[in-house]
This record gives sequence, C-alpha cells and structure tokens, in this order.
Amino acid sequence: MSTITEIAILVLAAFVGFEVISKVPNTLHTPLMSGTNAIHGIVLLGGLLLMHEAHGILEHALLVIAIAFGTINIVGGFLVTDRMLGMFKRKPDLPEAAAPDELEGGGK
Amino acid sequence: MIATIFLQQSNFINACYIVAFSLFIYGMSGLTGPRTAVRGNKIAAVGMAIAIVATLLTPHVWSGSSTPFLIILGLVIGTAVGMPAARNVKMTAMPQMVALFNGVGGGAVAIIAWIEYRHHFLSGSSFWVEKSEIPTLFAAIVGSISFWGSNIAFGKLQEILPGRPIKLPGQTVINGVLFVICVGSAIVLAAGVHSQALFIIGILFAAALLGNMVVLPIGGADMPVVISLLNAFTGLSAAATGIALNNTAMIVAGMIVGASGTILTNLMAKAMNRSVPAIVAGGFGGAIAAPAAAGAEDRGPVRATSPQDVAIQLSYARQVVIAPGYGMAVAQAQHAVRELEKALEKKGVTVKFAIHPVAGRMPGHMNVLLAEADVPYDLLKEMDEINPEFPRTDVTLVIGANDVTNPAAKNEPGSPIYGMPILEVDQSGSVIVLKRSMASGFAGIDNPLFYEPKTAMLFGDAKQSVSDITSEVQAL
Repeated sequence: MSTITEIAILVLAAFVGFEVISKVPNTLHTPLMSGTNAIHGIVLLGGLLLMHEAHGILEHALLVIAIAFGTINIVGGFLVTDRMLGMFKRKPDLPEAAAPDELEGGGK
Repeated sequence: MIATIFLQQSNFINACYIVAFSLFIYGMSGLTGPRTAVRGNKIAAVGMAIAIVATLLTPHVWSGSSTPFLIILGLVIGTAVGMPAARNVKMTAMPQMVALFNGVGGGAVAIIAWIEYRHHFLSGSSFWVEKSEIPTLFAAIVGSISFWGSNIAFGKLQEILPGRPIKLPGQTVINGVLFVICVGSAIVLAAGVHSQALFIIGILFAAALLGNMVVLPIGGADMPVVISLLNAFTGLSAAATGIALNNTAMIVAGMIVGASGTILTNLMAKAMNRSVPAIVAGGFGGAIAAPAAAGAEDRGPVRATSPQDVAIQLSYARQVVIAPGYGMAVAQAQHAVRELEKALEKKGVTVKFAIHPVAGRMPGHMNVLLAEADVPYDLLKEMDEINPEFPRTDVTLVIGANDVTNPAAKNEPGSPIYGMPILEVDQSGSVIVLKRSMASGFAGIDNPLFYEPKTAMLFGDAKQSVSDITSEVQAL
C-alpha cells in the first residue's frame, strides 16, 4: 500500500474517531478510557508480525515482552470495561425496590 | 487445499483487518449510552479477536523453530497478568489501572519500534525501506514518553511517589533540551546515519527522561488531564507503528484512541480553565501557593455541625444535591452515600448527584464509583445540567470535593482558579461540607465557601460521617 493511501486512512480515521468519541457522555468517560486502552492493545499485532524476523536473545526477549504488554492491554482492557459497564444501571421502574433484590440486577 | 491458498492471499488478511476496524468503530459508537455500551465493548472485542486471528494466519508468522513457543509465551503471560488485574481492581483504583495500561501500550510500541530499527540497521542499507523510517522514529519517541510518563503517573496515583509536584530548578530548560535531543536524533537517523547507540540514547533514553520530567512536576488535581494526554500519545504511537508495518487495523485503531485521548484532554483542560501546555509546563501547586496563603487569614469563623443536625436538615428538604469529589473515593464512601440516598428517598426527598467533569483523578471517575454502589445513572447530573437547579435546592451535601465547588472561581478575579467552571453549590439554600479537616484541596487554594453563613462543616472521615447521617435519618 502506498504511503499516501495510508495517510489518507490515517486522516479519515481521525475524523471518524473524533465524530464517534465526541458523542460519548461524561458518565461513560472512564469506561471509554479503559476501552481505548484495550483497543491500543492492537500493537500486539506488531509483536506477532516481527517475532519470526527476530535474531538473538535480546530481540526475542523484547518481543515476548511487547506481546505480553499488548495482551495485557487487550485482555485487561476489555474485561475491566465490561465489568465497569455492567455496574451502570437505570433507576428501577418500581422505586421501592428492596435492597437484596437490587444486587441480583434490578437494572433494565 | 483451495482454502489454504485463499488463506495465504494477503487480500484475505487485509479484508479481515477491514472487518476488525469496522467493528472497533461500530463498538465504540455503542458507548454513546450506558444501555448500548456493554454490547459495544463486546463488539470491539470481537473485532480485536478477528485482527489477532488474521495476523496469526499471515504467512511466515509461525516460521522459525522457537517462534511459536515465544508467541504463545507472550500471549500466556499477558493473559495471566491482565485477567486477574481486570477482575480484581477496585473501582477507586481505576485511574492507576488506566495509567498502567497506557504505559504498557506505550512500552510495547517503543519495543516494536526499536526492533524495527535494529532490522533496518542490520540490513545495512543506507536508507530505510520505503517510508517506515519517520513513523518508526515517531513511535519510538512517543511510545517511550508514554511508557515512562504513565509509570510516573501510576506511581503518583498509587501513592508510591508523592502526589505533590516535584520540581527541579530549570525544569523547563531541561525538558526543552531533551525534546531537542529527541527530534535532532530523529532527523539525523532519518537522514541515513547508522548508529544504534544514537537510537538508544538519543531517542529511547532521552524520550524516557522527558516522560519522567514532564509528569513528575504535575500535581494530583491535574491527573485527569495527564492520563488523557498519555492515552492520546499511546494511540498516536500505535497508529504510527501501523504505518511502519503497513497494517490498516493498527492505523485505524490507533487513531481512534488518539482522537479519544485528545477529546478527553481538551475537555478536562477546559473544565479546569487551564491550557494543556500550561499543565505540562509545570505543577499547579508551586506557582500559586503564595496568594492562597495570604488570602487565608480574614475569612472569619467556620460553623461546625453534627450528624444529627444534618439528618434533620436533609429529612425536611424537598431536594438534596450531593456533590462528590476525590475525598469520597479516598474514604471509599460511595456505598454509604448510596444508603443515604435511599434513606432520603424513602422520606420523599428528591436526591440528585452533581458531577463535575474533573472530580476525581480521571474523566468520569465519580460516575463509575457511584455506579459501583448501584446509584442509578439517571440521578447523576453533569455540571451544565445541575447548575440551574441549585437555586431550587434546599441542601447541598459536598462530600470530599473542594476546588470544584470554590466560588472564588466565579467572583475573585485574583484567584488562581478564577474562570474555572464550578458546581454552583453556593446558590442552594444551605450547604453542608463533609471534610477531614480545614486543609485546602490539591490546588492548595482556600475555599471561601466554607466561611459563608449558609455553610456548615461536618468534620471527620467521609464514610463514617455519611453512615452516621444515614442512621440519624432512618431514626427520625
């Protein structure tokens, strides 16, 4: 792919990113940050693609670290975001919900 | 057989990447509301799984005797560290977690850029292959800054390092010199000079120092800005790596993260009425300590109150607004606050929460804590939404928040936070401030709100105070 094509993708992605993210409400800014943590774990792909080209102990060790770092981002990021988002609940339709029931998920 | 040939076509791999980044964008657009967000996050995760599988199907990725073992080793280590961390982290510790995740992302980028450089270096050609040189150098600098800066931010949030700004004499000059070294080395390397030492010292090491030097002088109250900024850096460096490696999924994913971090950085800076360069250039505390100390003298006495009095006031109110701050997180008082809210609602009192954008240590920090305590998110009101309601509010309960309620930001042009948008709690009928002591907030600025006749202070641990108020309300 030519450099110009890639820069075009880069610029368009920036605009799409701004458009999508600017609609996220303040309430969800922490899950947004942990979710984007997961997405920049995409650098894992770089580690995977370079491993077979690596020479010597140093490069191999560094790439294992890079793959581990990327995986931490992806696994940890998506899991913690899921956990967090699961906590956001609306007010139950019946205002006088008893406390024990709420733990089971009076959401929806 | 045909399938094998098809899988080896780079078109198939690239098509997978297109599917993957479409799912990222689609998933992120689910984050516009709490109800669609869980699904959106899962969709983005599916996109990531597709991108990883496509990469693993790329020809030669598994070639070499030790390659499969090392790839799996990295994946296993990452999963073994990431999964329990995500499962067990407390919601109060989310800022540290996000700082750490920013850091490892930046670290991975810096390592990959370093390996990329070594390969071009070893290949011995006088110019780097096609266009990968500039993105690689950019990724190395920004990734290294992000890694070290995030580690320092983590240390400050985890209180391993002091939260107060740490300043060296001539800090700005040192930072400027380090920045020039990074950019200068990048130009020399891009011009075709072969030097691994220059790459390690001039790029990776100088950027590492710069990351340390930039974050060390930043105080606790500015952390939401710093975390967002490092988030943006990590994203941009990932996008640069994507260009170097011809990987569209990395370019798009990196830019989405970069856009998100940039938007959050601007929002946070705006909510503090400060410019991003001013925050990066120096800590909040140092420069403004003097006027704050001078103004602290003739404010008059503060009025202390008791849980009983507060309970009576709250129970006979029509509308109560709770304004939480970082103090609520420190005291782990969110569950106690939820109990109080329920007790008051039982008495027919309308309870709302006023959330300032920079309350806490990261964007949206208060919302997550209150959601953890099962507070319905429709009770959480943003600043612009709640400010017109304060004149109609009988009692406002300020729990561990300080600077974000400071009326000096509106009516004392000399104040260092003058112009910062605040929660206008002083407009409500009366104000009760829960605080450990009369110490000033992280900005080190005295708060005239505490000395107003309508304000009463309830000193003590926020969790204990709120529980005491709740039991008094229930007893009434």
